[in-house]
Order: sequence, then C-alpha cells, then structure tokens
Amino acid sequence: MSDIVKIITGVGVTKRFGGMTAVNNVDFELRRGEILGLIGPNGAGKTTLFNCISAFYRADEGIITYNGNQINRMSPDKICRLGIARTFQAAKNFPDMSVRENVRMGALFGQVGITYDEADRLTDEIMEFAGLDKYAHLNVPDMPLALQKRLEVARALATKPGVLMIDEVMAGLNPTEVGEAMELVGKIRASGVAILMIEHVMKAIMAICDRIIVLHHGELIAEGAPDHVANDPQVIEVYLGEEA
Amino acid sequence: MGLRLLKDAFWGAAPSRIQSAIIAAAIVVMAFIPGVADTYTPLFLSWIMTYCVLSISWSFFSGKAGYISLATASFYGIGMYLQAILGRQLPLWTTMILAAVMAFAVGLIIGVVTLRLRGIYFTIFTFGLSLFLNRFMNWYEGAFTRTKGRMVKPYDNDTVFYALLVVFAITLIAVIILNRSRFGLSLKCIGQNEDSAQHLGVRTTMTKVLAFAITAAPVGAVGAVMSTKIGYIDPNTAFGLNTSFFPVLMAIFGGMSSTYGPIIGAVVFYALQDYLLRVTNWHMIIFGAVMVVVIMLLPNGVFGVVDTILRKRRSAGGGAEASHQP
Repeated sequence: MSDIVKIITGVGVTKRFGGMTAVNNVDFELRRGEILGLIGPNGAGKTTLFNCISAFYRADEGIITYNGNQINRMSPDKICRLGIARTFQAAKNFPDMSVRENVRMGALFGQVGITYDEADRLTDEIMEFAGLDKYAHLNVPDMPLALQKRLEVARALATKPGVLMIDEVMAGLNPTEVGEAMELVGKIRASGVAILMIEHVMKAIMAICDRIIVLHHGELIAEGAPDHVANDPQVIEVYLGEEA
Repeated sequence: MGLRLLKDAFWGAAPSRIQSAIIAAAIVVMAFIPGVADTYTPLFLSWIMTYCVLSISWSFFSGKAGYISLATASFYGIGMYLQAILGRQLPLWTTMILAAVMAFAVGLIIGVVTLRLRGIYFTIFTFGLSLFLNRFMNWYEGAFTRTKGRMVKPYDNDTVFYALLVVFAITLIAVIILNRSRFGLSLKCIGQNEDSAQHLGVRTTMTKVLAFAITAAPVGAVGAVMSTKIGYIDPNTAFGLNTSFFPVLMAIFGGMSSTYGPIIGAVVFYALQDYLLRVTNWHMIIFGAVMVVVIMLLPNGVFGVVDTILRKRRSAGGGAEASHQP
C-alpha cells in the first residue's frame, strides 16, 4: 500500500452544535492526486466537515492531519498557508476589487515569502488557467454566478495549495457551465492538486471523482469508487428516502 | 531576514513619481507659509492638519477594515494629558514621540481585547472607552488632584504649525506607502470579506490589532501638540466625544476610496465650520444640514465622484487595463 500517499487524514472527527451532533466520529482520508467526492442529503454535515478541516470551526473531537502534521488546532490563515485552500458555498469574493485583484490577494497572502513580482506573475498564470483573463474588466458583483464561482476557485488556487476543497461550485449552473466547471476541476487535478469536493450534481460527481464518501446525519455511511457507492443499498435508501 | 520580512509586509509598489512630486511640493510650500502669511493662517492650517491626521488615521483602519472605531478621542486625550503632565520638563518633540508611543501601546492593548468582536460590538466598546477615560479623569481629578483640568505650557503658532506639519507629512506618506503593501491590502481584504480573507492566508487578528495601534499613534501626537495651543485642558476638552465623531464624518464626507478623500473631507469640514462660526450663531444647524445633504447626494463622498468618473473612463477605454492598484 506504499503507493497510496495520504495527504489529509481525519480520525474520529466530531463537531457538535449545542445538543446536535453535526459530524459524528468520521474517519476519512484524501490521497495524493485524487478527487474525493463528499456527498449526502442536505444537513448531512458535509459543509461542517469542510469547516472543521479549514478551521472555520474547531472540531470538538478527533484529529485531522495534513502531510502527517496535526492541523485541527491551527488558525484558518495558517492552514491556508500550509497548503489547504477552500471555496465557500456562497461565493465570498471581494466585491470592491477587480477580478484580477481578487486573484492577486490569494497569490500575495497564500504563501510565505512570495515577492510582489512573483505574486503578479502567479496571478496572470492563474487568470489564464481558470479562463478568467478575458473577464478581467468585469465588476465582480455583476458577474454571472458561474464566473463568481470560477473566481472563488481561482482565488483559492492562487494560494498554490496542495489540496483544494470546493464546496458546491456547480450548484445553480446550467449544463454547459457544469461541463466547463468539470473541465476546470479536471485540469486542477492534472496540475497535481488533490481535490475534496462537495457536490449535489450527481452526473458531475460520478464522472470525475475517484472515490466518494457519503455522510448521513453526520455519520459516514459509505465509501468507495463511484459505482460501488451508487449501488450501496444504504446510500440508495438515504437518497430515495429523502425523495419519498 | 527580519528586514526582508518587514519590507515584504509594509512596502509594496513605490508611489508614482507624479504623486511623490506633488506631495513633496505641497509639503515644501506649506513649510514656507508661516514666513509669508499673517499670524492667523498658521493656526488655521494647524487645525486643518490636525483634522487631516485624525481622518486619515481613522479611515486607514476603520474605513478599510470596516471596523468603525470611536476611540479617536481616547488617543487624542491621552496625548493631551501626557503633554500637560510632561510638557514643562520635556521639549515638544520628545513629548510628541512619547504621546505617539503611549497611544500606540494603549491601542495595542485595546486591540487585543476588542478586535475579536465584530461590527457594532467593537464600535460600542471603543465608544465606551472614550467615555470611560473622560469620566475616569473627572473622578481622578476630583478625588486626588483637587483640580479641574490642567494648564499646558504654551508654544507659539509657528512651532505648533511645524510640529503638526511633521506629523501630517509622516502620516500621509506612511498611509500612501502602506496602502500598497501587504499590510494595507490585508486590511482591505478584511473589510471586503473577513472570512474569505482569513481563508486566503491573511493574518486577520494580527493585522487588525496592529493597524488599530499604528493609527492611534499620530492621533496621540497631534493631541499633544494641540493641547499647547488650547493652553488649558480638562477631561471634556481632551476626551471630548466630538473628536471621535468628527473623523468619521470627515472621512465619509470626503470619501474613503482614496487617500485624498479624508483630506478633502477634513479641509472642507473645518473650513466650513470655521466660516459658519464667524458669520452666524446658527452654525451647527446649517453645518448639520450641509452634512446631511452631501452624504445623501454623494454616498461615496466628494472624492467618490472623482473615482466613479475615473473608473467609468477606464472601463470605457478598453477594459483589459483594469486597475492594478488598490
């Protein structure tokens, strides 16, 4: 098993809000070069787990490691500089900055010791990589949703992460835009960044994920390759049960 | 290594040559004013520079980071009392530095305690601080020194003018440099979206605390200088709440999108106040009405209008050259 390198591991991760346990004793791992999907019905604890990894929340119990170092006592900015970048479900771009300036902030602050010149170069690189260079002149709050989400991803990418966590970047997009977003995610993985993604668009998640983990009521109920998970009776019950 | 880190944090791109030349020229011209003008002009300009320092400092931290501070009066009053107590033994430049250091230190402590609070809670705390210092000094003087207020050793108008010119120049140049640095940009990110900023690697708490303390320093220094002009200070002069509110109004009035907005705000604000005070007894009412109208008509301030025009022209003439500058 030495060829599988774990980048992020979580053991017994638990987060409670008052009497409600949002994430309950979850074990998971993210391996080098993979796209790991995180799915589950609404309220399953997906975003809470994300928030525990990025330290937006502090996990009540459990250990989360990144490249072997425990990270769940660190501040969000330190975790980012270590190499874990994330996006937010509702895009949190900087409204009064240009598109390029938004990306530049990621480049300037996401790494220790980067010079202003290097940050400028990296910004141009990411703008092109994310296909945002032709939209550089747009006013950020007026941009269509697909571009807002793309900018959110680009800002995170500009921090030069080893792991990118993306939270529902495809929600609300039309089929063409979903295709473009999938293409971008594929390109990011190809550039050597491991990806952990929350997504509700099943077509997308089944197509691009290497592995999927399923949360339900804060607990991990299934894990494995997409077709394995899709045929898991418990997963089917959870999803159909929700529909019915 | 330490130097490199400092440079990385506080020095971004150099200001443009035109901007540097204009500022240098303006400061040199101002330095000659006491020699040629009547005796009233330096005093008038001293007040304007005082207001400029207050509004530039305020908008660098509060305007950018979105944390409305009402602690200006606290730092101003600390400077005044320090001058009143030490001004007889020590030369003015020493007490100015001490006042700046003292205001910085208090700012640091207050920042560490309060800047975990967000939004209105921070504002209320800083407002309370100014009120508290005012009441505390009242009580202290009543209980221990058995006086109301203190005499301050006076200086002539020209000395005061030059002392303020130094503080004003340092504050202005520092803000222009810091605006383009990581430090200034961190504050801007915090103001736009604090969560997002922190998840991009911005050291949010440290930046806020440091910025709050740094912007307190020049306020303390001008407090020390102006106390010598007032000659006699008491808790209400030193920790007067107007000193906390004026910078907010001046910055909003002038516009916070540029370094020059708060300056325009301070100049117009003081000149208007001074004029109305001389021609009518109704000055506060007229003054208030003018403020309301301007803020209603120009929500981004006087300089905001200039900014909007520039931005429109920029996006009309080939959008690819969108602003590279903060």
